Amino acid sequence: MQDKKTSSPAELPTLPKAPTGIEGLDEITEGGLPKGRPTLICGSAGCGKTLMGIEFLVRGALEFGEPGVLMAFEETAEELTANVTSLGFDLPALQEQKLLRVDHVHVDRSEIEETGEYDLEGLFIRLGYAIDSIGAKRVVLDTIESLFGGFPNEAVLRSEIRRLFRWLKDRGVTTVITAERGDGTLTRQGLEEYVSDCVILLDNRVIDQITTRRLRVVKYRGSTHGTNEYPYLISEEGISVLPVTSLKLEHEVSDQIVSSGVPALDEMFGRKGFYQGSSILLTGTAGTAKTTLAAAFANQIASQNKRCLYFAFEESPQQLVRNMRSVGVDLAPWIEQGLLHIEASRPTLNGLERHLVVIHKLVKELKPDAVVIDPISNLINVGNVNEVRSMLTRLIDFLKVNNITALFTALISGRTNQLDATEEGVSSLVDTWISVRDLEGVGERNRGLSILKSRGMSHSNQVREFVVTDHGIQLLDVVIGPTGIVTGASRLTQQLQEQAQELALRQELERKDRELERRRRVLEATIANLRTEFESVEEELRQINSEELTRHQTFTEGRTAAVSEMSGRGAPGHNTKSNNQ
Amino acid sequence: MEAEGSLEQEPEAAEYVLHLYITGATPNSTRAVRNIKEICELYLQGRYELIIVDIYQQPELAQQEQLIGVPTLVKKRPGLIRRLVGDLSNRERVLAALGLTSPSDRNSTNG
Repeated sequence: MQDKKTSSPAELPTLPKAPTGIEGLDEITEGGLPKGRPTLICGSAGCGKTLMGIEFLVRGALEFGEPGVLMAFEETAEELTANVTSLGFDLPALQEQKLLRVDHVHVDRSEIEETGEYDLEGLFIRLGYAIDSIGAKRVVLDTIESLFGGFPNEAVLRSEIRRLFRWLKDRGVTTVITAERGDGTLTRQGLEEYVSDCVILLDNRVIDQITTRRLRVVKYRGSTHGTNEYPYLISEEGISVLPVTSLKLEHEVSDQIVSSGVPALDEMFGRKGFYQGSSILLTGTAGTAKTTLAAAFANQIASQNKRCLYFAFEESPQQLVRNMRSVGVDLAPWIEQGLLHIEASRPTLNGLERHLVVIHKLVKELKPDAVVIDPISNLINVGNVNEVRSMLTRLIDFLKVNNITALFTALISGRTNQLDATEEGVSSLVDTWISVRDLEGVGERNRGLSILKSRGMSHSNQVREFVVTDHGIQLLDVVIGPTGIVTGASRLTQQLQEQAQELALRQELERKDRELERRRRVLEATIANLRTEFESVEEELRQINSEELTRHQTFTEGRTAAVSEMSGRGAPGHNTKSNNQ
Repeated sequence: MEAEGSLEQEPEAAEYVLHLYITGATPNSTRAVRNIKEICELYLQGRYELIIVDIYQQPELAQQEQLIGVPTLVKKRPGLIRRLVGDLSNRERVLAALGLTSPSDRNSTNG
């Protein structure tokens, strides 16, 4: 209805937009501010209205080749220059290159005397002259309502400001007007929001002593836009609006596997580790070695000459390094080699989105292969569950899109068996969920580890007991007792019992062996006896036999002799007699 | 360059230096020119220097002179610089701002 151009029948051209170059804002506005039309940026004090306007101009000049005019009603050119130098915007240089023109409009009630009818043609001429002198495509008016302070005739001002907007549209410059927020209305004068084609509301609110800035696109004639409130912040590089995430799920996935840093833990996964670029949640009650596991993972990444970024929200880098050294994980060399960067800060130091931006920034700077956040549950202190969840969604998205493996630890309250807020919110977002917990037995407490889920690969269903030793984390072999898995002392008892049983068994076997040997010996002895007996009998028989033979021989010889004697003498008796002699 | 300088008498010695910025021949502008000339003739005869500038012709002056509303009369001298915005039809205000008083109530008004 407002747009005359889009009524053309041919192919319905989309509304032309002027990209702001402000991180995230172009995503929300689906391309930028309406080109050639006025946009109102309104908000209370300290929201960064002026800054957003200046960034719009500077980025327009530097990134999109559109020179701009800044008409400042409140601050002088020098003040503005000084204010934005810290953000790396060099206004004088831009002015020299004819990419920017700053015109400070000085409005002072005490110097102005109304003497009759007038209009604001002077302002128009100044603006027109400034636009023409550098061929400006963008104009920022900051803050036009100051005119109301200088000129008492409101009726004239209102009609003139309307005319100004019309005039700016006719000139085809993309305009940003800033305005203070009024009571119940978007602006004090209740005028600018109606004549602007796009209204962006900046809000600065304090919840639980932590300030968060939010941005909302209130209206955008002729275009769809993100309607939510988006957190934004003013960082060293200007304004960045979050999310900077792609709002779609279409990232590339990797088939590569990264090790968890604990070999036995890898064994519990079907593919011996995590997928590269997946997100891993490590939940556990206090003192269940979450940080140790996280550090082992970081150590593993660094030892493969890959980069790891470690956000520690509880410990300082030195403390972390010292503590991890005690369990045989030496992180110091990796830090020296630049493979591991530990960023430690208190969660309450910043608002949630500030953390997110810091993470984004560091990830972009360092391009790590893995990110560890230890623990995310501390961020809960900073915002409410919804906020944390949405922040983590964005973070996980961001890391996934960049194919960065992310490991988050989360503290859960151990007493209740119910899931904690973070867990509930985050667990559905992550790909792998490892739970470490206390296995409290009779008079002692042991640590158990189990995998609750692991998308895209099979995984062990066992609860494994693990111990933190001088050489890192070691998973112990599963010992199944009569009532299920046994740990700690009962596990030792179980092992002792098993050993005793084994010993008994061995002894039994040995005894049987000895018995066998003894029997063998007895039998062998018997055999030897029998053989001796046999031999003596044989000897005796042989003796008898030979005697028999001799006797027979002798007899035969004797008879022969007798026969020959008888045939010679003829007397057999004589033969016998001589034979006996 | 239509800096229409209606100089009366020797400019360097003028007691009153007035610059009137107008925008072409708009009704406000023509009224303002007529009014200021009348005031000058009536109250400042021989003591003033009036320069009328059309800022359509010299737009760069608009920024220099910090113009917003038009027409604007800038009193450069004497005393502090004063800006009188409007067509100068409210004569009492103009006179007060210029430090003059109208002959009718010269005694009651002090500028």
